Amino acid sequence: MPDGTIGTPVIRREDQRFLTGKGKYVDDINRPNQTYAWLLRSSVAHGDIVNVDISRAETAPGVLKILTGMDWASDEVGGLPCGWQVIGKNETPMHEPPHPALVADRVRHVGDNLAVVIAETREQARDAAELIDVELNELSSLVTMAAAGTDGAPTIHDEVPGNLCYDWEIGDKAEVDAVFNKANHVTKLELVNTRVVANPIEPRSAIAEYDATSDCYTLHTTTQNPHVIRLLMGAFVLSIPEHKLRIIAPDVGGGFGSKVYHYAEEAILTWASKKVGRPIKWTADRSDSFITDAQGRDHVTIGELALDKDGTFLALRVQTDANLGAYLSTFAPAIPTYLYATLLAGLYKTPSIYCGVKAWFTNTVPVDAYRGAGRPEACYLLERLVEQAARETGLDKADIRRRNFIAASDMPYQTPVALEYDSGDFIKNMEDRLTASNYDGFSDRRTKSENTGKIRGLGMATYIEACGMAPSTIAGSLGARAGLYESAEIRMHPTGSVTLFTGSSDHGQGHETTFSQIVSDGLGVPLENVEVVHGDTDRIQFGLGTYGSRSLAVGGAAIVKAMDKVIEKGKKIAAHLMEASVEDIEFSTGTFRVTGTDKELGIGDIALTAYVPHNYPHDELEPGLDETAFYDPKNFTFPNGCHIAEVEIDQDTGQVTLCSLDAMDDFGKVINPMIVEGQVHGGLVQGIGQALMEHCIYNDQGQLMTGSYNDYCMPRAADVPTFNVATNEEALCTHNPLGVKGCGEAGTIGATAAVINAVLDALNTKGISDFDMPATPQRLWKALQQ
Amino acid sequence: MYDFNYKRATSNQDATDSIAAAEEGKFVAGGMTLLPTLKLRLAKPSDLVDLADLDGLVGITVDDNTVTIGAMTPHAVVNSSPEVQKAIPGLAELAGMIGDPMVRNRGTIGGSIANNDPAADYPSAVVGLGATVHTNKREIAGDDFFTDLFDTVLEDDELVTKVVFPIPEKAAYMKFPNPASRYAIVGTFVSQGPQGTRVAVTGAGPCVFRQSEMESALDANFASEAVENIKQSDDGLNSDIHASAEYRAHLVTIMAKRAVAKANG
Repeated sequence: MPDGTIGTPVIRREDQRFLTGKGKYVDDINRPNQTYAWLLRSSVAHGDIVNVDISRAETAPGVLKILTGMDWASDEVGGLPCGWQVIGKNETPMHEPPHPALVADRVRHVGDNLAVVIAETREQARDAAELIDVELNELSSLVTMAAAGTDGAPTIHDEVPGNLCYDWEIGDKAEVDAVFNKANHVTKLELVNTRVVANPIEPRSAIAEYDATSDCYTLHTTTQNPHVIRLLMGAFVLSIPEHKLRIIAPDVGGGFGSKVYHYAEEAILTWASKKVGRPIKWTADRSDSFITDAQGRDHVTIGELALDKDGTFLALRVQTDANLGAYLSTFAPAIPTYLYATLLAGLYKTPSIYCGVKAWFTNTVPVDAYRGAGRPEACYLLERLVEQAARETGLDKADIRRRNFIAASDMPYQTPVALEYDSGDFIKNMEDRLTASNYDGFSDRRTKSENTGKIRGLGMATYIEACGMAPSTIAGSLGARAGLYESAEIRMHPTGSVTLFTGSSDHGQGHETTFSQIVSDGLGVPLENVEVVHGDTDRIQFGLGTYGSRSLAVGGAAIVKAMDKVIEKGKKIAAHLMEASVEDIEFSTGTFRVTGTDKELGIGDIALTAYVPHNYPHDELEPGLDETAFYDPKNFTFPNGCHIAEVEIDQDTGQVTLCSLDAMDDFGKVINPMIVEGQVHGGLVQGIGQALMEHCIYNDQGQLMTGSYNDYCMPRAADVPTFNVATNEEALCTHNPLGVKGCGEAGTIGATAAVINAVLDALNTKGISDFDMPATPQRLWKALQQ
Repeated sequence: MYDFNYKRATSNQDATDSIAAAEEGKFVAGGMTLLPTLKLRLAKPSDLVDLADLDGLVGITVDDNTVTIGAMTPHAVVNSSPEVQKAIPGLAELAGMIGDPMVRNRGTIGGSIANNDPAADYPSAVVGLGATVHTNKREIAGDDFFTDLFDTVLEDDELVTKVVFPIPEKAAYMKFPNPASRYAIVGTFVSQGPQGTRVAVTGAGPCVFRQSEMESALDANFASEAVENIKQSDDGLNSDIHASAEYRAHLVTIMAKRAVAKANG
């Protein structure tokens, strides 16, 4: 067996370069004759632009070009496009106001782009930017959704009355209302899902250049999906056809969703590179990242759960307000709708569900998908409701779930909110974690904590997510303006080594290792004979990128499809060489055999024959062994699991200690358990971060109060316990060839709800039943004073 | 950052002469506050005078009665010094609670107290132990050194050379860190010894201060029960998104109580 067999914890091959400082990120790249850009951002959240005077800046040392919103408006370029159209109630399409990369008329959030200065050095560009005189008529800022929705509030976009982007719903409200009217018990919660900042370790960066001899543009950029950027920027913003535009994403240092979107700087630099005639580089500093990277979450929700007298869930009724920020980011409209409301069945057989969503424009940084994207919001709401219902009805928090879980035998299961789950054993996963976390011993641990003056709580969260975006037909019917398949090319070389070209580019996940394992396992070639190429539109046939835990479920499946084609062709070559019928050729672990004989040929021999076709079936086969496949999934995949958290709270200070976190996740088949565990750990920490410390706060003027790590609290290693995680590989995905479901977001989805439920369980011992995250010391101390 | 003249001082005299000659000069010790400030373009000094080569400002000496720390001694050195750990364990521990390992390896005691960030840790030790600050010009009692937010009695061309801490009978520091920056939201240094009974509070107000009511109570009975019911007024205390003045006032009592318990071992 080759050493890369599926299921083996192969060491990540990319870590050699990442951990020795040899990674090559955009900012590590420098182009000959390169210039530097500095973006002048608005320091005001809302204001009409009276004048942007660049006369003093233009003559500053080193300045080559200054472009403003007026230049953008007068050129024939488009605004930044939105990739998803949501149709609201009464078939009303969402409002889609213009999103110019450089604004000419009005600034709509702190960080909006007023001008770009291009100079010989970065510091010169920055110095000159300080000499640009901006005259604004400041308008009152609408920071909260409540403010944006107030009658008579000013409009942020003239095209959007009342600042409401859309008013959307799913489910039959009258039917759900009727169930509520007859229910024995209704649990009702109003809760906030806080806004968070993605904070990948690598700030965004770009280098644009234009080659006049070929009329071609090249953009190096920190993106999770280079082909999508090529499509959006080329077709919709700058009118550059695909064959004249190359997008390269070299090593990318994390994204968590925030590097999916097409950003203004990419378009501005590419547009300006032709005017300047030299390469232009821009790299965000952390302050820039805080005010320009798309942010996450930001919901206010009223949720109600109707139960019968036995604790059986009868119906769920939800009304959510979602803050989209000042403009529509690339996939923003889809997050609080199709990636949120469709997940509200969770793991439960709740027969009737209604969810209404109002999405608002405000004078804040745009919000889009952030690790989990809609699904953590759904999980948080649902699992808060379930534990609150357990408290109100006196049922045990595990028991109320047991009663309502969809059973493994119910699969496939059609939920009332559009999705059809294919597999999962929810009860087993929960029972496993109840044992692993010594659930029954909790009261003893609680007593021990109380003996030291502390309060202790245990919280659970079960979750299911829809990953592997997505069947294109379904996504298209729901408003997606792109397909959601993935492609792979397997290029088998003459001596039997392989280069895989994948459209699913990596930004830290370890694709080069995982995908190599799939190829090694599938073709029976040694791991070191596989090279993975990604992140370059000139080298890769096509791709939709990496987000939504889709790389393995969709990109991995495309690899299998391409390998199938290679094997299919290889069988024909083998049949010819061994003078057998194709039907009699079988392939396994790198060897073609004639069934029932001892005749066999290795895949290397077949590859060599394909490229040195002296003895070859030329009449029916082309030479070469190089196959491309596109895979469009049949359904979403449905990773699911159970997370249990235990916390202790110091009543004197409000400080929470997370004592333990037990997670059982069903990701289907696991290719590399070490990488999967790492993904879970990272996800858990991000989920815990939101629960306990992360909080993006704006003041009434729309100024970001948490614009640096002095105030925006990121979780550190010392803040979390040693995690106890496991995976269940018994309920494979039924509709993709690897049986995989995806693992990138799970930790973030379950952890937040589990930790806050644990905090609430502790607070409940003091009679407190309502508390919004984050559970910071001050907020907890204040809650405990009441 | 903006352009500035950079000078690496060769002696204390050279350092102070260079500052005196500069239009708007700044000493750079570890640079852990100044450099981020410069990078964010929040300061625009004309000259930076780097103290890194002044070996005479680095080092720790301990005798029967005092611990003397050179102004350019990094926090990590104080934290890991067996002599300091033995003589004033609370001081060594305090040094280990500052920032992160990078900050502790670069940041210095002289830089910290000269900057007098309201949330810095060291000012509480200087006041809480009744230390004496030595400069190139004079000796300053710790009680008189810190004057206001980011302000001290230091003159523009005055250079901290060392800090002399009297060895107490008991002392301890308890800190409630800002969850984001890990600066002190409230840090309380308590001691009993040759400088009397002291409770110095950092982080809570615009500048380190002594909590005299607690000091009197502890003077009579150095036990945590003595302070647990003494309330700190929130009048004039800092308030921000992480901690209201009311919360800080509450934490002063909690941290004092815990520090006393710790000092009593």
